[in-house]
Amino acid sequence: MSYHWNWGVFLSPTADGESTYLGWLLSGLEWTLALSLSAWLAALLLGTLFGTLRTVPKRWLALLGAAYVEVFRNTPLLVQLFTWYFVLPELLPPAWGNAVKQMDPLLQQFLAAWLCLACFTGARVAEQVRAGIESLPRGQKAAALALGLTLPQAYRHVLLPISFRIIVPPLTSEFLNIFKNSAVASTVGLIELSRQAQQLVDYTAQPYEAFIAVTLLYALINVLVMLLMRRIETRSRVPGYIGSK
Amino acid sequence: MRIRSAVLLALTLIAAPALAAELTGTLKKIKDSNSITLGHRESSIPFSYYDDQQQVIGYSHDFQMKVVDAIKRDLNLPNLQIRYNPVTSQNRIPLMQNGTVNIECGSTTNNLERQKQVGFSDTIFVIGTRLLTRKDSGIKDFGDLAGKTVVTTAGTTSERLLRKMNEDKKMGMNIISAKDHGESFLTLETGRAVAFMMDDALLYGEMAKARRPGDWIVTGTPQSREAYGCMVPKDDASFKKVVDSAIANVMTSGEAEKIYARWFMNPVPPKGLNLNFPMSDDMKALYRNPNDNALE
Repeated sequence: MSYHWNWGVFLSPTADGESTYLGWLLSGLEWTLALSLSAWLAALLLGTLFGTLRTVPKRWLALLGAAYVEVFRNTPLLVQLFTWYFVLPELLPPAWGNAVKQMDPLLQQFLAAWLCLACFTGARVAEQVRAGIESLPRGQKAAALALGLTLPQAYRHVLLPISFRIIVPPLTSEFLNIFKNSAVASTVGLIELSRQAQQLVDYTAQPYEAFIAVTLLYALINVLVMLLMRRIETRSRVPGYIGSK
Repeated sequence: MRIRSAVLLALTLIAAPALAAELTGTLKKIKDSNSITLGHRESSIPFSYYDDQQQVIGYSHDFQMKVVDAIKRDLNLPNLQIRYNPVTSQNRIPLMQNGTVNIECGSTTNNLERQKQVGFSDTIFVIGTRLLTRKDSGIKDFGDLAGKTVVTTAGTTSERLLRKMNEDKKMGMNIISAKDHGESFLTLETGRAVAFMMDDALLYGEMAKARRPGDWIVTGTPQSREAYGCMVPKDDASFKKVVDSAIANVMTSGEAEKIYARWFMNPVPPKGLNLNFPMSDDMKALYRNPNDNALE
């Protein structure tokens, strides 16, 4: 294969002369991190809320939790993003829709991608939270209520703290996934890491260097996340439960 | 052994004089495998795209088939197998370099950066980069875009030019880079952007697809001219020669005008839309004098 390798391309100035191609990659990395981390926080909140709802005795609340999970877990991520970005402003009253569409495009793209990732990942986290709560012996809840705690208190002080300590390993996978899934944001024009790789290809015609560099950056993010979660996992293990030694 | 040499000799005698010398590179690969792999686009209307039967059609595809005819004739391969391989703007260069496709005719601009990686045939089309906007938007030229939101397709020359113009002239535009032309037009149509900058031929294509084509207009001074060529493997002079002469023949014989009229002045599949895109002076000059110059 006749390929002209040129690793020096990262240090050469960009077409607009403002930065180097490495600088572009790093700015893409910043967007990926900002988007993924903020969406992850929202996903944890949503997931905890709806995961808990799925396990409460009130039937309509459990149904609400189930509806959320099924809607966001059963449709493709890309479809969800396009719905948030293209469809939602058209469904709002025209004045609101136009106000949304007149916002800074970057903000629109970021918000749509953030909502999309948060809701999608939130549904997956909700399932983990539900599994965690349901894996606890029934006696836990009964004992908490017998001690005089109200149901919300039982969740707050007994059920949720233990289940969170049990579900750290599957949450790690979701945390890793959100970084990889954040690449969908490139389809609505947010110039995050994967989009920067394509942009580098377009501007420099050096596809292999660009994609190798971006692959390494994603791998680096994920190794760091894994190390962090491993630490949390060892520290938060519940003695006598799955995974503890 | 002797029989094989005899066959080889016979083949050499039958082959066209230009190829009497031993075949090398792509031509040899085509001859040995009795097959050629064509790179094409899936939705570059009207250059290279699928019709409703999933058959590849388009202006560039017509040129590609003329090249295939020339190869069949020159290599004496009447039963040449034709394989189709769809490409995107992201993977077309790697697929050409690793030999997956032998020739790609779509809407690929011939520029100096790409020439470091791949070869280009004679130019098949010349476009100018302009604006698509609503007729009542009040936008006549690029100067009117200051402070407005403009959409363009990611990874195109228009994207570069627009960002550079914004930087150089401090125009304060918000620039949206959409994933493909369809999405760019959606962004324009839903009012997120006031104008869409792109290759004029593609703008006419998007306009023809609009719900009410009459609401839209292509306007503005072309900011650049670009030459679309067929991509061929780099440094394969004998193959490029066959491709170039096939393209030049189509142009100088007057056949190219018919191909142009078929795709740009008449209804085209899939919806029977007429692009109504009259031939530019650049195109007329190209047909008179085929060449492989990059215009940037």
